[in-house]
Amino acid sequence: MRNKIVLGVIGADVHAVGNQILNYAFTDAGFHVVNLGVMVSQEEFIEAAIESDADAILVSSLYGHGELDCQGLREKCDEAGLKDILLYVGGNIVVGKQPFEEVEKRFKAMGFDRVFGPGTPPEVDIAALKEDLNWPKE
Amino acid sequence: MNAALLIDFGSTYTKLSAVDLDDARLIGRSQAFTTASTDISIGLQKALDQLHIKIGAIDFKVRLACSSAAGGLSMVASGLVPGLTSKAAKLAAFGAGAKVIKTYAYQLTLEDIEEIGRINPDILLLSGGIDGGNSEVIIHNAGMLAGASGSFPVVIAGNRSAQSECEAVLRQSNHPVYTAPNVMPEMNVLNIEPVTKVIREIFLKRIVLAKGLNKASALLDNILMPTPSAVLSALTLLSKGIGKQQGLGDLIAVDLGGATTDVYSIAKGDPVNPSTVLRGLPEPLVKRTVEGDLGMRYNAQGIFEAIGGDVLCDLSGLSKETVSGVLKRYREDPAALPASPEEKKADQALASAAISLAMTRHAGRLERVFTPIGPVYEQTGKDLTQTERLIVTGGALIYADDLDRIVENALKLPDAMSLVPRSVKTVRDKEYLLSAMGLLSSYAPEVSFSLMKAYFGKDDMYAAD
Repeated sequence: MRNKIVLGVIGADVHAVGNQILNYAFTDAGFHVVNLGVMVSQEEFIEAAIESDADAILVSSLYGHGELDCQGLREKCDEAGLKDILLYVGGNIVVGKQPFEEVEKRFKAMGFDRVFGPGTPPEVDIAALKEDLNWPKE
Repeated sequence: MNAALLIDFGSTYTKLSAVDLDDARLIGRSQAFTTASTDISIGLQKALDQLHIKIGAIDFKVRLACSSAAGGLSMVASGLVPGLTSKAAKLAAFGAGAKVIKTYAYQLTLEDIEEIGRINPDILLLSGGIDGGNSEVIIHNAGMLAGASGSFPVVIAGNRSAQSECEAVLRQSNHPVYTAPNVMPEMNVLNIEPVTKVIREIFLKRIVLAKGLNKASALLDNILMPTPSAVLSALTLLSKGIGKQQGLGDLIAVDLGGATTDVYSIAKGDPVNPSTVLRGLPEPLVKRTVEGDLGMRYNAQGIFEAIGGDVLCDLSGLSKETVSGVLKRYREDPAALPASPEEKKADQALASAAISLAMTRHAGRLERVFTPIGPVYEQTGKDLTQTERLIVTGGALIYADDLDRIVENALKLPDAMSLVPRSVKTVRDKEYLLSAMGLLSSYAPEVSFSLMKAYFGKDDMYAAD
């Protein structure tokens, strides 16, 4: 079963609570989580994904600078040989209040497979990831 | 009297120490030139004869040896990501007392394999992938290494899911195969102790034989380990203490040699400020690094290149021409001793620069990151700013005039973000006690500890008065 994920809060963001909740929820749901914690650079996400042979990278951001921090992550994954690795992003990922559909579009254009808005319960991302990784239906 | 004989086969000198085990007392020392190129027992016998003259005939209860003769223990390390399993493999090899000739990352290429064949290391350490992680690269590398020339042993210490496949591939080759638990079983978790044990066993079983060091076997019980490994054991014991006897706590040691500079630290090195975020691979409590480009003679030019001519001129108060003149002489004659006052000054400047550079590379760094809640400090590596005790060992420093000033100048050079010690009390290992006590620590740790504490902890005794 494909269940290896790399989790972390990108950029200069130090919000640790949501990261701990996601770590707990995904582990509890049967995923093998490599949790990098807060203030994680793109390079650290990629290096951890290479060593752990991860199936997905889950990027969190709460402080509004996520859009800048996430730019180029997909390209760097391609460069590092992480072909077709799933990229998820979620949280308060843009500055101010913007319509979620537009935000989602922009992040998808950056190469993210799934984009989650503020306040998304962990069950939602877990269900999405299970689906994307072709887990058998419960 | 129960006595132990401790032998350190150095690249230049074979050094003997005799210890009274009942009284925890050093009875005598002697040394003679190492004769590794012909028959190592000749030099040993000479040193033994001298010891005999000094202290009379003693029937030693145990005779233990360490060796850095015949090139020491040379290793090549291979891993996956440079900052992760490659670094872990390199740290493990250093921790086993090896000289790491080269470290590779990602897939080994045909050129790499040719190069490794030319290096022909004593041991190759193959790692890559956390447990259950990437297995493709380590299996590829095992396949490539199977085709490498020579018959150096390969230690596999990578992703456990790939271990049996790597082993199977390498068993078909000329290279003896050993296995050890993964050097990095989980992301950012180091596990280097088990692999260092395996490396030490190989050293004992094969390398000693391959280098002809076993010729001395009639005169001693066993060559237990490479010398740096003995030094690490000694420092660890001195730092931690034994039983109810308290150790000296955090310490750092520098061995400044003619060709390389080794730095040892026994310290956790956690951030001093609780709000500092720790980044990257956590480092081992017992850490050793070797700088192959920094040395007082063979690599004096390396020091010059790394620190810059201006700094050497500042430190020595000499002109550029004088400094390059001295360097030229050392290049042409690596056995040269400082003859003139200028050369003495140049030597002190070189020593300060080498210590500074080697410590900067060994210690961690802070970086300031601006976040919406203000600046935050990120620390990579060890914070050694609070480490107050420095032991210097190795020929270039233990007899140096004005050692305190050399060290003081060395600690002034790194910038404020470098986490090197800020101010230290320096003790010289004049009697080459560390390697001897490291050997003894495997046999009589209490004796080893109390001898070292008496020697290196003198200041504490005064402080207690």
